[in-house]
Amino acid sequence: MKKFGKLLAATALMGLMAGSAYAKTLVYCSEGSPEGFDVAPYTAGTTFDASSKPLYNRLVEFKRGTSQVQPGLAESWEVSEDGLEYTFNLRKGVKFHTTSFFTPTRDFNADDVLFSFNRQRLADHAWYEYVPGISWEYFNGMSMPDLIKDIEKVDDYTVKFVLNRPEAPMIANLAMDFASILSAEYAQQLEEAGTKELLNQEPVGTGPFQFVAYQKDAVIRYAAHADYWNGKQPIDDLVFAITTDAAVRAQKLKAGECHVAPYPNPADIESLAADENLVMMEQEGLNVGYLAYNTQIAPFDNAKVRKALNMAINKQAILDAVFQGAGQAAKNPIPPTMWSYNNAIEDDPYDPEAAKAMLEAEGVSDLSMEIWAMPVQRPYNPNARRMAEVIQADFAKIGVDVQIVSYEWGEYLARSSELDRKGAVLLGWTGDNGDPDNFLAVLLGCDGVGGSNRAQWCNDEFQALIEEAKVTSDQAERTKLYEEAQVVFKREAPWATIAHSVVFMPMSKKVQGYVMDPLGGHWFDGVDLAE
Amino acid sequence: MIAGAPLWRLLSFYTNMLKFLLNKLVLIVPTFIGITIVAFGFVRVLPGDPILSLAGERGVDPERYQQLLVQFGFDRPIWEQYFTYVVGLFQGDFGTSIATKRPVLNEFMALFPATVELATCAIIFATLIGIPAGIISAVKRGSWFDQLTMGTALAGYSMPIFWWGLLLIILFSGTLGWTPVSGRISLLYFFPQVTGFMLIDSLLSGQAGAFRSAVLHLILPTIVLGTIPLAVIARQTRSAMLEVLGEDYVRTARAKGLEQVQVVGVHALRNALIPVITTIGLQVGVLLGGAILTETIFSWPGIGKWMLDSISRRDYPSVQGGLVLIALIVMMVNLTVDVLYGLINPRIRHQ
Repeated sequence: MKKFGKLLAATALMGLMAGSAYAKTLVYCSEGSPEGFDVAPYTAGTTFDASSKPLYNRLVEFKRGTSQVQPGLAESWEVSEDGLEYTFNLRKGVKFHTTSFFTPTRDFNADDVLFSFNRQRLADHAWYEYVPGISWEYFNGMSMPDLIKDIEKVDDYTVKFVLNRPEAPMIANLAMDFASILSAEYAQQLEEAGTKELLNQEPVGTGPFQFVAYQKDAVIRYAAHADYWNGKQPIDDLVFAITTDAAVRAQKLKAGECHVAPYPNPADIESLAADENLVMMEQEGLNVGYLAYNTQIAPFDNAKVRKALNMAINKQAILDAVFQGAGQAAKNPIPPTMWSYNNAIEDDPYDPEAAKAMLEAEGVSDLSMEIWAMPVQRPYNPNARRMAEVIQADFAKIGVDVQIVSYEWGEYLARSSELDRKGAVLLGWTGDNGDPDNFLAVLLGCDGVGGSNRAQWCNDEFQALIEEAKVTSDQAERTKLYEEAQVVFKREAPWATIAHSVVFMPMSKKVQGYVMDPLGGHWFDGVDLAE
Repeated sequence: MIAGAPLWRLLSFYTNMLKFLLNKLVLIVPTFIGITIVAFGFVRVLPGDPILSLAGERGVDPERYQQLLVQFGFDRPIWEQYFTYVVGLFQGDFGTSIATKRPVLNEFMALFPATVELATCAIIFATLIGIPAGIISAVKRGSWFDQLTMGTALAGYSMPIFWWGLLLIILFSGTLGWTPVSGRISLLYFFPQVTGFMLIDSLLSGQAGAFRSAVLHLILPTIVLGTIPLAVIARQTRSAMLEVLGEDYVRTARAKGLEQVQVVGVHALRNALIPVITTIGLQVGVLLGGAILTETIFSWPGIGKWMLDSISRRDYPSVQGGLVLIALIVMMVNLTVDVLYGLINPRIRHQ
């Protein structure tokens, strides 16, 4: 009852705010419901947009609009000579949200950092499995349990991460969503009340907005955090109106029912851009769609054969037919918005005649192969079936016969990893932390063979370069190593790099200061609405 | 008439009714068991693995995979999983969603009122228009009205819902600006969900304009969801009515010199309604199962959309729990219809 009373009070307050001329409310038509409001158990961008972005901060943050890292809740940090110790100096005076369900008695400090990470890595931690079935997929997926040896509280405002091996992408990892900092004090309050599961339903963070209310599949309400360490937001309220259908989101934008809506249908882009009340922003996504040959099986173990096939693919036709303009041809395995992208590399020309001659020179004739097409739509490939058909037609021109194969998604992912898999698979990747290692090592490193390395490609020269880059902390040096790795990749051609998608973001002309995130997130701090 | 007769008849009515109910209830038990088997088997027959689907491109290492299998109980023999599941059901435990880690029953109950509200409005809309349209078509058989109504009904029945919904949105919300595009209420209004039914909650909130906004938001989804039931009810009413109008007792009523209104409205309609009620009952069952397309188009937070998401994620507990709950509700609706049917039609009761 007490809770309901508070809710009523909050309601009355919201009512007043809605009625006053000064309250600025920004409505974002989001594409789906979050799985929960605790970030770390989840991996979906939709969940991150509703949790980590508005509600929480991290020790370090991505500089908006880039994949570069800047200070967040840590004002500064030092890395030891051997690259094994990261010491973070924490920001002072950072307030957690004061909400109807929690009133903080202290500022953010080292205990919150320890709580946020230790619950994900220590199996005996009281919060390791605070809801039955919960697990820490991203933390595990980024190999953090193997990487972190210990996290020490030096004093209230100093925290030291000790690693088992040097790892340059560590800092970028700490800017990722799963590294969001939660309140240890709030967790303690919930633990004492015996309602641990509320951590995932009534969140408290230090972020620019605080949680007000959520109705599944309908609406999430946030209010600006009055004591935000980086200053109160220009808008007062942030509302996510959950609208799953893209065509309906477009109608809502046009009708003025929302200010910003993500992921428009390619077919709607033109009419949205033409609307006089709307503007359309666009940016290359931090992703790549590729066709991975199985480089361990003949004739795809021959780089010249792979190269010849790559030259037979008409990428422009794919961009037109599959991406409908919302894509950009890919020549490297990493996207152009990522640092160390080697723009000096020249793409294989589209030349069926030469490709045919190259195949003949290698003694390959009457080649018949499988091309695998994913059953689902992904950011890097809106229609894999269609893409496979275009490639099938391209390969037919050089005398290569293609059978298109598809499985249910889970099955597809499992089978495409198998070492003796036939032919080539269509797949792709969306970046996690903006670090080139997250593409090159995961997708093309020797450790990934039989797993995330669908080309089953293990090249000593390439491997040496990315391993060296991983333990080098100087970014200029790392850039050189990755640029060179891309040269090796292009020469060896384990994949046909197909495309990077272009992300479109339509919004009302009233929205000011919105910056698109190359990592694909949606952020509303610093955004204002014109009167 | 002797004095004891009405009492005797009343008693006989009650015993008959009781027997009838018991018969129906006895049938429910095997049906329910069948449903648990189907619900349990259905998701497992679907190709695909919930853990792999959850992991996506990132994949999951074999060790972790095993851990998760154990955690979700998927490593147990299939009969044991089923047994645990059914025992849980009888204790009111519908399992925990793999995706959200919340109890399936909570998820379902949070979304179900929205589905009920929309289904109720749609069925009222369909009945209020469908029955009169069917009656008039039957009475004026072959007239332009009859042909127009039945033509429209056929079109309505075969309407692709997604297209129809978007068309209405583009016309009424986009071009004319009369109705809101989607959602249950304007975002300006914010009040606690007491009952989960927006029409009631908006009245309870006491906020000016909230109820009006809730009604406006209901109009288009009601029409879209009600279109197919409307067509079905109109056609069913017409054919039932045509059959009854040819009966001897109707001819007798006419011969007695009764007015057309009385013949049609009293003598014919009451008999024609019997099959129509069955039809309406079946439609209610279908609508309560959640309207995936309508809920998706209008961003309506109901269970249809939730079921669809759960299936694509291979969220076994949610799909199972959802199927069983929906089946239970449909069974209850059917039972109610049967009882109503028995009340209206003594022949059924006496069988």
